[in-house]
Amino acid sequence: MKKFLTKLPEQASRLLIVFIVFIALVLLVRFLLPASLKDHNIHIQNTVATEMSRQVRYAGSEVCASCHDEYNLKKNGYHKNLSCETCHGTLKEHSENPTEIKPLVPRQRDFCTRCHAFDPSRPTGFPQINPSAHNPMKACVSCHNPHDPKPPNVPQECQACHAEIARTKAISSHVMLECTICHEVPTQHKVAPRNVKASIPAEREFCGKCHSTQSIIKETSKVDLATHGEKYLCWQCHYPHMPEVE
Amino acid sequence: MERRKFGKKLFTLVVSSTVFGGLLKKANAQTKDYDPSKHYYGMGIQTNKCIGCGKCVEACKDENNVPKEPFFFRTWVERYTIKKDGEVTVQNIDSRITTHRDNIFEKEILRSFFVPKLCNQCDNPPCVQVCPVGATFKTEDGVIIVDDERCIGCRYCIQACPYGARYLHPEKQTADKCTFCYHRITKGLPPACVEVCPSQARIFGDLKSGASPLGRFKRLFKLHVLKPFLNTEPKVSYSDLDGEVR
Repeated sequence: MKKFLTKLPEQASRLLIVFIVFIALVLLVRFLLPASLKDHNIHIQNTVATEMSRQVRYAGSEVCASCHDEYNLKKNGYHKNLSCETCHGTLKEHSENPTEIKPLVPRQRDFCTRCHAFDPSRPTGFPQINPSAHNPMKACVSCHNPHDPKPPNVPQECQACHAEIARTKAISSHVMLECTICHEVPTQHKVAPRNVKASIPAEREFCGKCHSTQSIIKETSKVDLATHGEKYLCWQCHYPHMPEVE
Repeated sequence: MERRKFGKKLFTLVVSSTVFGGLLKKANAQTKDYDPSKHYYGMGIQTNKCIGCGKCVEACKDENNVPKEPFFFRTWVERYTIKKDGEVTVQNIDSRITTHRDNIFEKEILRSFFVPKLCNQCDNPPCVQVCPVGATFKTEDGVIIVDDERCIGCRYCIQACPYGARYLHPEKQTADKCTFCYHRITKGLPPACVEVCPSQARIFGDLKSGASPLGRFKRLFKLHVLKPFLNTEPKVSYSDLDGEVR
């Protein structure tokens, strides 16, 4: 072979090299290059196929309805058009493995205020609250059921005359308390309100039933009655119908 | 580079690309039952329903592995604030609500609203025209897709898009954009942003199907598209769009 190459005139061997390179190029294009580099349509097809084969993470509400009853509860409330995954996060993995992978259950206050805090850019009529005045520190789910959200059923018996107090109380942490828990109301008060008055709690210990450190009731703010504001009555600093205001 | 090293690299490149091409062909065979010629996708956005909660942005990032940092978006929500003296401010709201009242007093606001934005999936897409390697194209069902294997990250398309809908993916160093969640819509699911929108501000649908929520949207409202003078012919149309929106 070596003899053959050396015998060959130089121009012929160069021509041979060019020829071999040409053949190699043809083979490269013909067999080794992927089809997507040669044909635009094949490239489009392949890219579309990879795009279609990507992982789905949001399953869609229909999947949830097949197991969960909450879906039926939700369908008559204000949140009827909300997808489950708006609040509970991506659920595709949960739907495939319901026992091990659990969905998000947001209970904290700032989750709800992302949609329902007042914002001047929001459309008129969308239900919004002022988070610093509307039961601050209280979790929204303690009064509102997120699957059927509506204003909670609050005691209304005194509202006809004491509407201003009722409105104030409605956004305070005492909202769920009936008036008669703190005020003793004689039946005659409804007939002759100016002559027969309802009682007003006069002792610190009355508020202490819920708010002293010895109290067994949970979910209330606690103070030590012995050291907290000794000689004053509670209502001299805290307005009971709107106790949050400092 | 040394000749030997170059030869090795060429060899690995050729082999890997042929193998990859083969794999793609296999993926293609799996998704045969979807016929793109029967669909043509579009979206409608009811601007006055958007409450600016940013759920769509979050869902899009979850579904499409968009980096969580607040400069990479496939879809995003803008807050327009027009003051009484005519000054217009546009803010890209983060998934966390930013308190814009810090710098604009509420009394100075003439009107304020949110505008959700995403790729308009133009019928005449400027981003496709400028791609030097043909990595981005319009599919048969009207969605603009980027092939991140082919994209060289030159950023021409990011410059060309008049809507700012593209960004350079910081890890892949390729252009990335909204695909209407192509992997979801081809399975009959709505895009992730549409799925989670709590106020149904986004309406997704097939322009070729007869009766659909999108058809109703197009019939009922006075519609507008963004920057119509550029003749890009967007497939995302907006109702109740303010004249200040750019």
